[in-house]
Amino acid sequence: MNLAALLQYLVSGLTVGATYGLTALGFTIIFNTTGLINFAQGEFVMLGGMFAVSFAHLGLPVGLAVVLAALATTVVGAVMERLTIRPVAGAPAINLVIITIGVSILIRGLAMLAWGKDTFALPAFSGEVPLLFLGAAMQPQSLWVLALTLSLLAGLRFFFSHTMYGKGMLACSFDRRAAYLVGISVERMVLLSFMIAALVGATGGAILAPLTMTAYDVGILLGLKGFAACILGGLGNPFGAAAGGLILGVLESLGAGYLSSAYKNAFTFIILLLFLFVRPTGLFGRSSGERV
Amino acid sequence: MAAFRRDLFSVLVFALVLLAAPLALTNDYYVSVLILCCLNAMVAVGLNLLLGYAGQISLGHAAFYGLAAYASGILSATCGLPIWLAALVAVTFVGLVAWLLGIPTFKLSGHYLAMATLGFGLIVSIVMNEAVELTGGPSGMVGIPRFALPGLSFAADLSYYRLLVIVLAAIVGISLNLIHSRIGRALRAVHGSERAAEAMGIDIGRTKRFVFVLSALFAAVAGVLYAHYLEFVAPSSFGFLYSVELIVMVVLGGLASVWGAVAGAFFLTVLPEFLRAFEDIEVLLFGAILVAGMMFLPSGLAGGARRLLGLLQPKRGRT
Repeated sequence: MNLAALLQYLVSGLTVGATYGLTALGFTIIFNTTGLINFAQGEFVMLGGMFAVSFAHLGLPVGLAVVLAALATTVVGAVMERLTIRPVAGAPAINLVIITIGVSILIRGLAMLAWGKDTFALPAFSGEVPLLFLGAAMQPQSLWVLALTLSLLAGLRFFFSHTMYGKGMLACSFDRRAAYLVGISVERMVLLSFMIAALVGATGGAILAPLTMTAYDVGILLGLKGFAACILGGLGNPFGAAAGGLILGVLESLGAGYLSSAYKNAFTFIILLLFLFVRPTGLFGRSSGERV
Repeated sequence: MAAFRRDLFSVLVFALVLLAAPLALTNDYYVSVLILCCLNAMVAVGLNLLLGYAGQISLGHAAFYGLAAYASGILSATCGLPIWLAALVAVTFVGLVAWLLGIPTFKLSGHYLAMATLGFGLIVSIVMNEAVELTGGPSGMVGIPRFALPGLSFAADLSYYRLLVIVLAAIVGISLNLIHSRIGRALRAVHGSERAAEAMGIDIGRTKRFVFVLSALFAAVAGVLYAHYLEFVAPSSFGFLYSVELIVMVVLGGLASVWGAVAGAFFLTVLPEFLRAFEDIEVLLFGAILVAGMMFLPSGLAGGARRLLGLLQPKRGRT
């Protein structure tokens, strides 16, 4: 087996996987405070990339454009929660999920109106001269993606374990009612979770955009992959979600490299299905005893 | 028995109204929309048995619909089988696939079940796109013959529509009959509490698999009739978005209501036709209506209708 090729697949898999991981993280954060799967999560990722392209087009430096894009998407997340989720709090979960599907269609429609159906590229953060490492060519952007993903993970870890808001959100995920009782504003935590999910997803979309291009409809597939990643990692476990994303990305890249690029997605999902049948609660999920 | 007679009566009225509908419509185009309504309603009614009554989600129903459409298309157009035989084989094949898939899948529940069915749907859709020699790839497959039975032709859209109304009425009738039966009660028990249902002697796994296969069969019947109506199939019609649309039909129509699923399917099929006038913002309005509908009609069209009826009926004072 050719080591350089293997390394190449690993790097490109980890890069794409990092975005899946960030998308999955967004799913997990919202799931933990609300018990919902937010189908608009993929659109947050799309918005991150598209906003970044627009800001960069205005002549802003790429770094600033990415930060602004993430902030703009955070506002979108907050607006979504206030307008469509909070007014119907307490509705059955399936209704809320349908609402998020509606919101995702709405966001996609708006994005198509605003940006058209073209594909856009964002300039790479620091040039496109590949770095050679053990015979594998690596885009500098891949390193940016990996480094930024890791620092975002570290930041979230700190947020959840060392800040009042982070701990409040964790409390919500353990037991909503108990969180109410000790005086945590669950509504505010839900709002915060939508904002963080949007921020994290948009960052993932924006930093991947220089490598894969972006368009108004990339959110569907990215959302599906993100959902698959958090199921793979075990729903509800943020770091499982990130790991699930990386594993999914690497599997996909290896499948495309060694088996068939046409069937790379099918390959990923077949493995995911077989895995689910063996371990019905994901890699890091606890099998929870059901209470009657 | 009273329930049975009432159901039979309502199914008959429903079929008669649908059969009479083209008399009031002036344009052939409306008949084709009604045909699509009937096809979607068949799938939605089946999915509602699974989602609304048994409480089990499937994000892969588009795959059953598509598999049957492709199977029947390939068997009749490429292999030259008589259409009725091709259709029969296709439906049986899908039933078998659903049964085999159901064995490992229903060990899962909730979001994991959603993922497994979603994954199945995606795999099927990828194969439809990539197995170009068999399926024609992304540009689709042409030359599928119009549905016909020995001695019966459905060449005109209107006669095809009548056939669909009869099939849909049969599916609705079967579903209504089923939910008032022992199996129907078992489904609702599983939905309510699996443990309690198990304690009452219900075989949960078998019940779930049964309704899964049944709903896949309904989807397969619709898929076959779809392929032999359009005489053309393409993978984009059977993707993830169609599975989601089916779920939306069921929930927007009203969970656990057979008539709700029919109403949801008709509503969601007709709506884009009306919105077509708005061109660019068509998708946008569709999304907005979906969100608003779910926010303000939480129990769907069926629930809304029940509430409206409740308001109209004079309140009987309790004495």
